[in-house]
Amino acid sequence: MVERRVISVIVLNEHGVLTRITGLFAARGYNIETLTVAPIPGSDYSRLTIVTSGSAKVIEQIIKQLHKLIPVYKVIEHSELVEKEMVMAKIPLEERLADVEALCRAYNGNIVNIGQDSAIIMAADEPKRISNFISALKRFNPKEIVRSGVVAIER
Amino acid sequence: MSKNSMTGARMVVEAMKKEGVEVVFGYPGGAIMNVYDEIYKNPYFKHILTRHEQAAVHAADGYARATGKVGVAFVTSGPGFTNAVTGLATAYMDSIPLVVISGQVPISMIGTDAFQEIDAVGISRPCTKHNYLVKDVKELPKILAEAFYIARSGRPGPVHIDIPKDVTVQEAEFDYPKKVKLETYKPTIKGNARQIKKAVEAIAEAKKPVFYLGGGIIHSNSANLVRELVAKTQIPAVETLMARGTLRYDDPLLLGMVGMHGTYAANMAMSEADLLIALGPRFDDRVTGKLSEFAKYAEIIHIDIDPSSIGKLVKVHYPIVGDLKEVLKDLLPLAEKRIDPKRYEAWREILRRYQELHPLKYEDSDEVLKPEWVIQRLGEKLKGKARISTDVGQHQMWTAQYYPFTRPRELITSGGLGTMGFGFPAAIGVKQGVPDEISVNITGDGSILMNIQELMTAVQYKLPVINVILNNNFLGMVRQWQTFFYDKRYSETDLSMQPDFVKLAESFGGVGYRVKTKEEFDKALEDAIQKGVVALIDVVVDRYENVLPMVPAGGSLYNMLLEFKD
Ligand SMILES: Cc1ncc(C[n+]2csc(CCOP(=O)(O)OP(=O)(O)O)c2C)c(N)n1
Repeated sequence: MVERRVISVIVLNEHGVLTRITGLFAARGYNIETLTVAPIPGSDYSRLTIVTSGSAKVIEQIIKQLHKLIPVYKVIEHSELVEKEMVMAKIPLEERLADVEALCRAYNGNIVNIGQDSAIIMAADEPKRISNFISALKRFNPKEIVRSGVVAIER
Repeated sequence: MSKNSMTGARMVVEAMKKEGVEVVFGYPGGAIMNVYDEIYKNPYFKHILTRHEQAAVHAADGYARATGKVGVAFVTSGPGFTNAVTGLATAYMDSIPLVVISGQVPISMIGTDAFQEIDAVGISRPCTKHNYLVKDVKELPKILAEAFYIARSGRPGPVHIDIPKDVTVQEAEFDYPKKVKLETYKPTIKGNARQIKKAVEAIAEAKKPVFYLGGGIIHSNSANLVRELVAKTQIPAVETLMARGTLRYDDPLLLGMVGMHGTYAANMAMSEADLLIALGPRFDDRVTGKLSEFAKYAEIIHIDIDPSSIGKLVKVHYPIVGDLKEVLKDLLPLAEKRIDPKRYEAWREILRRYQELHPLKYEDSDEVLKPEWVIQRLGEKLKGKARISTDVGQHQMWTAQYYPFTRPRELITSGGLGTMGFGFPAAIGVKQGVPDEISVNITGDGSILMNIQELMTAVQYKLPVINVILNNNFLGMVRQWQTFFYDKRYSETDLSMQPDFVKLAESFGGVGYRVKTKEEFDKALEDAIQKGVVALIDVVVDRYENVLPMVPAGGSLYNMLLEFKD
């Protein structure tokens, strides 16, 4: 059975480390749905959050193979994760912005910028809810949608 | 600057001294010239100039396999490095500890498609245990020390360091770490005590257990402990290609090699066992055959230092992560107390019958030399006195089947990658590492030509490797598959076009022999040993001999072709 998994990887913040990880996924045919990465404040490490999918056996191999990479400090694979994702979109100014804003609010978001001909909005919520938000947004004719990918932290 | 300040190039040779490196195999060029200049000025170690970078890495690899030490090779940037890649990949697949250092264009020119620039770390990443591009000379001492540590610890493997030319001239303090400690890399050494106990319990309860011996035994230097365990439990054992020599060839409990060209008894033992005790193998497809049929009645104990190896291909019931040597030390006393060797007598009897039913066999001939005979003869003459390297093909499998191995590190062969051209340079490295023993390379008329230029290296450094060419005028192993599975359509495997190997050897300053009879073979071998020079013995053998038994690729281990009649 193929299941979705969120894996956090703590890696030494050094040259080429991201290629090692993505190269591993590519070479062994593992799937990456989203990947986010940023330095961990006040340390020499970065945290990667990878959303992947595969059978239990594949997930086990992914975790073991990640562990095997020399600059990998820790691989966290948790079912008890709080996951968040952010999305930004451009909405034409002709749309009913009051309705747009109400929708954003429902998903921990708001209007963040108003330009010449479009408004930029954002929302941050659980990945599933972000997908719902994007569906709901469709009727306001978004010109562009940018998703951040998932970040997660253990409960 | 303090007096311990030095250039990056100097650091490289100083690190070799610190690591006790006795020999470096290599080939110079623009980007690595500063390092070579330091070699000239500080002759701390012997440098062997091979005639191709691939051979330099294979020679370092052969040296490492024969001695257990880290092998070292130096190459230049661009083509020097790309030539070395097959060597890295070969070592990677077989977990051989190497440190390979390549030159690179100066940092300021990286990314500009400069002359002889190639993304070396990009290429070596998937075929090394780890690699480094040195960006700052201050980090070089630490990187060098880490490279040696990573290469030889845990599951060993090749480590590649790419050093830009400007880094080799910049200066910094040479602070060589006495001990390397990496927060992110800590191999598990001790096995879990509870798991070990459970495994012993499973062995004690089993009716048809088999030891499945793998290359990890050789890497962890635990063959003695394995011999003790096998003797005390009286449980039959099979060996993978990489584990040959763990048990003596004449050990009554050794059923032979397992897998595609394994013995009938070894493959049947795997197929009928109720417990596999896997000591450092990796369940390679050339061993398991069809996975769903592999050892399907067996529970599996798997001891390995690499957790990713456990459960990768088959379900493991008793996983034990740790250094095999440490795990066996913990396991042996428990096994001795708990296991009654008499328990398995009925099982041993079944396997003895299998051995008698289908032993390894070939039909000898008076008209033409049989390759199997040649290997057996070599065994009679050299048993226990020589290291045997091979290339890849039929001759490799016949060697694994018929040579009487007496100890670990006696067979030096490319198992995982199956690299033709490995044997001769590896045998040169072997001779350098164990000069008191005879170094023989058993090869084919195809493989030998893939690194034939190394005749010059062997002659120059007086490393008298004896190459025994089993000459069948074919790319024999491929020809065999064409015979069995492609209706004898011999597409591009006929090697009737041949050099004169005798003259070839002589032109490099070695000796050559062409032999067609048993007497000629004996004479040539004796002469080559006695002369102690680099030799090619071109042995004309039966062109159409096949390696048997054979499990067709993807087939089940118990479905072996035992005979092939035209
Ligand atoms: C570098 C490389 N190229 C191709 C192969 C595929 N291959 C495997 S065995 C073989 C034939 C080897 O012929 P030879 O060296 O004459 O040995 P024989 O099988 O005749 O004993 C070939 C081409 C390989 N293993 N390595």
